[in-house]
Amino acid sequence: MAQAESLQTNTKKPGPQADPRDAIVTHLGPMRAFALSLTRNSAAADDLVQDTLVKAWKNFGSFQPGTKLQAWLFTILRNTFYSDRRKAKREVADVDGAFAAMLSEKPAHDGRLALSDFFVAFVQLPVEQREALTLVGASGYAYEEAAQTCGVAVGTIKSRVNRGRLRLIELLQISAGDAMEMTDKVTMSVVNAGNAPQRFAG
Amino acid sequence: MYEWSTMEKKEPKSILEEQIEENLRKVYKEKEAEVIPDRLLALLRQLKEQDDTNGTS
Repeated sequence: MAQAESLQTNTKKPGPQADPRDAIVTHLGPMRAFALSLTRNSAAADDLVQDTLVKAWKNFGSFQPGTKLQAWLFTILRNTFYSDRRKAKREVADVDGAFAAMLSEKPAHDGRLALSDFFVAFVQLPVEQREALTLVGASGYAYEEAAQTCGVAVGTIKSRVNRGRLRLIELLQISAGDAMEMTDKVTMSVVNAGNAPQRFAG
Repeated sequence: MYEWSTMEKKEPKSILEEQIEENLRKVYKEKEAEVIPDRLLALLRQLKEQDDTNGTS
């Protein structure tokens, strides 16, 4: 963020000649986060941001002043992602182990869901659901705004968000269930082992 | 589990649902707050310089 600001102040010319494109740099963080939710891989996300920057710069004429610059950048970013994906005919990038590992170093407290467990579940969702959840759930976009950014109907975004949430609940319950089952098995074997010689002792 | 998910709709948000919302935001914020790689900042500078030398913009 500090870097972003310093670049902006370096390049910004005061007065009416200030280039509105200088504001793009302040959206790099959100662009990288949105790109990661699509690609699921940090290196691929940065490649995507890079391509998006070139396109945004060259096509800045199509940006309507007064509208949200970030939403415009996100639209270019997702269009670039989907067009690359169509060309590649598959989702090329592997899930990013490094980012998941970094998240796993953030300890979950008070029995809350660990970030890394969440990320592992999240990357299993279809890309349309990841995108909708990221815009609405993480970036705080209104349904209408998210729908516009993705070029789909509001109802489509709503159903993607809902299906994504349900699927996450399902995935996280399963992994919580597995952990529970493991604990139960361990507990049972300890209990059984302990009880075996003195089964009727109590 | 499926029944639970659909029946749950009218209930207040479950703990798991709340944690999902919270984690969505946290993962996003983690990535958003990362240091921006130099190559992206350099690219923006380069795009700007190109415009300045071409006299476009």
